Amino acid sequence: MSEDSTRNVRCLVAKVGLDGHDRGAHVITRAFRDAGFEVIYSGLHKAPDEIVQAAVQEDVDVLGISILSGAHNTLVPKIIEGLAEYDAAEDTLVIVGGIIPDEDRADLEAAGVDAIFGPGTPMADTISFIESNAPHRD
Amino acid sequence: MPANQPDLVADLLAGKHRALARAITKIEDRNDGYRDIVSALYPHTGQADVIGITGSPGSGKSTLVDKLASQYRERGLTVGVIAVDPSSPFTGGAVLGDRIRMASTATDMDVFFRSMSARGSLGGLSTATADAVKALDAFGKDKVIIETVGAGQNEVDIVKTADTVAVLVPPSSGDDVQMLKAGILEIGDVFVVNKADLDGANKTVTELRNMLDLRDPDDDTDWSPEITETVAERGTGVTDLLDVFDAHTTWLDESGRRTEKRRTRYAEELRTLLRADANEVLEAELADRGGVDELVARIDSGATTPYEVAADVLDPIRDALRED
Repeated sequence: MSEDSTRNVRCLVAKVGLDGHDRGAHVITRAFRDAGFEVIYSGLHKAPDEIVQAAVQEDVDVLGISILSGAHNTLVPKIIEGLAEYDAAEDTLVIVGGIIPDEDRADLEAAGVDAIFGPGTPMADTISFIESNAPHRD
Repeated sequence: MPANQPDLVADLLAGKHRALARAITKIEDRNDGYRDIVSALYPHTGQADVIGITGSPGSGKSTLVDKLASQYRERGLTVGVIAVDPSSPFTGGAVLGDRIRMASTATDMDVFFRSMSARGSLGGLSTATADAVKALDAFGKDKVIIETVGAGQNEVDIVKTADTVAVLVPPSSGDDVQMLKAGILEIGDVFVVNKADLDGANKTVTELRNMLDLRDPDDDTDWSPEITETVAERGTGVTDLLDVFDAHTTWLDESGRRTEKRRTRYAEELRTLLRADANEVLEAELADRGGVDELVARIDSGATTPYEVAADVLDPIRDALRED
């Protein structure tokens, strides 16, 4: 390595669709920051296209989608398809946080979600999952 | 150079967003091979107008940038934005929040918005920003906007890499005008009193005008800084501001200052690179001699002095250069 190359995990915390509950997203954003991540927060009520645009342009390692509205079965796959259009699906770690019924998990994982964290997941678990699974790029 | 680098450059030049994003990441990380990327992009730069926006926190920079970008898009121009936010010096972590304000151009991929944290400041944040601007320029963006908190020398250095610099000043608080004394007054081509609908805007404009009048114009051909008023949230005054930007661009071309600025910039870039590289060579040499701690211990014990050590390290290098 010729220069002081620095790499912090880059992460987009995204709120998608008609879901105004962002307390969890805020808490996570701060926890990620304190863990040394660079966090971009999308703001509320974003369309899947906006999330894709942000994830691609910001070249994030991790996309964390927070969703509490119950519309995850349509919105999450849309985002992942959008990432694929820009060749960004494969090396982005996609995690979902929120209320996801057990019967939906398999479909989301098949759509490309790497992990789902339900209510009550300790923050440290989420952070260590990211630290050990974030794509290593060079 | 990793095998995929030429592809990355080719993809970027072909207009692939992903390649542009990845190139900026490599530039930001000072990743192996980033120099080859920037070198390969260099011949394709020079087309974009680069605009720097700075000002105190809360002065409305992000909102204004959003409105500027959407105005440029209405005029059929493509836009790149680099928004620099501070990072924690303890964890390196950061919340990059400027993107939230980019509502007017959401889903428009012809606005390429990129958040950068100030983590790289030790390795030269202004160099990384300038290189990221080159990537956007080579990608073919007509306008590139650099947004940064006007809080210190680092930020001043960043906006100095722009062709045109706008300094945002919120109304009423005398403190904000005071802040301008710290080196920012000199770099502003345009002063934007944003939130001009608030009380005290007129007073701020007057204060600014007085301060700017105190500046002694070297000669008549010099650009005299303009003051505009905007209410970015409602888009008021944004067209006027764009007119001032355009006027400044025209002046740069007609006065020959653009060429002059470019040369100054290249000279600074070259010096920065050389300093960084020479520093690396010296650090390696210090490590070979047992490391800084070892040398410091000898200085501390009175066995030698920093001057002797410096001469000791540098003399062989000087001799080697002379022989060439």
